[in-house]
Amino acid sequence: MNSHEPPAAFLRDLRPGDWLTLLAGGLCIILLGNQVWNGGLADTAVIRSGGKIFSTVPLSRDQHIGVPGPLGTSIITIEKGKARISSDPSPRQYCVRQGWLERSGEIAICLPNEVSVELTGGQKKYDSLNY
Amino acid sequence: MTASTIKLSTTAEDHHLARMAAVALGLTVLENAIPSPLPGVKPGLANIITLIVLARFGWRAAVWVSLLRVVAGSLLFGNFLAPGFFLSLSGALCSLTVLALAMHLPHRLFGPVTHSVLASFAHITGQMTVVYLWLIPHSGIAYLIPIFATAALVFGTVNGLVAARFMDNDGKQVSGSQS
Repeated sequence: MNSHEPPAAFLRDLRPGDWLTLLAGGLCIILLGNQVWNGGLADTAVIRSGGKIFSTVPLSRDQHIGVPGPLGTSIITIEKGKARISSDPSPRQYCVRQGWLERSGEIAICLPNEVSVELTGGQKKYDSLNY
Repeated sequence: MTASTIKLSTTAEDHHLARMAAVALGLTVLENAIPSPLPGVKPGLANIITLIVLARFGWRAAVWVSLLRVVAGSLLFGNFLAPGFFLSLSGALCSLTVLALAMHLPHRLFGPVTHSVLASFAHITGQMTVVYLWLIPHSGIAYLIPIFATAALVFGTVNGLVAARFMDNDGKQVSGSQS
């Protein structure tokens, strides 16, 4: 070998099986990543009203649930394994603006209307959340 | 030690293995000077030497060089029998086990890059096992596995390419050849 080699000369050191190994390694990493990092998806929503469990629903069925509170009715939407509070009578709308929840341990709370949705099941990403 | 001198008789092969281990040790020291974004993610440059020794002198020689490097390296850095030492050792032992199998793959198809990538995956497997069983018995470390695996793939490939490049001239090492 002389010093005037093309820039991609190292490609010659890769034999056909090496490409196979690299491909298999890459696939392994992608599978591992999916397995490990997406394992925390939730499967159940726990809806509370006034501190008591109002209902526990699976995320597998799309539905809208009306939850009564002191200010009025909060509407919780469940769709494609995710949940959110889509409508709420609270003045600042924090829980509505929080958007979709999909990981276990995530929670949206409407304090004025005393309604909350917490996702459970799967692996919990957070042990607890404080506000 | 007593006044009598203990003379160990060494062979030329012993000297050769020691020289190779010394080169590997040099690379280990060099590598420790490189800052790492995450503890445990490092290039493993010394494994280039292990790969070359494996290809040229066989598995037994590779075991000697690799383990000598681990033990001498830990003495050098002062972590002999500390957790870091056992992490290195478990990684090296797993790598060597996998290399013992991988070296029998057909040489026409599988070169040093395959050996290197397989060995580096085995390395993190061994290390993560020790970390989980002994140091951090918490499933949370699973979140780090894809990061370590990616590092293993990247550095395994690079080390394999470097080793392959060093051995490109094998078989045509006539005097006066340029590298």
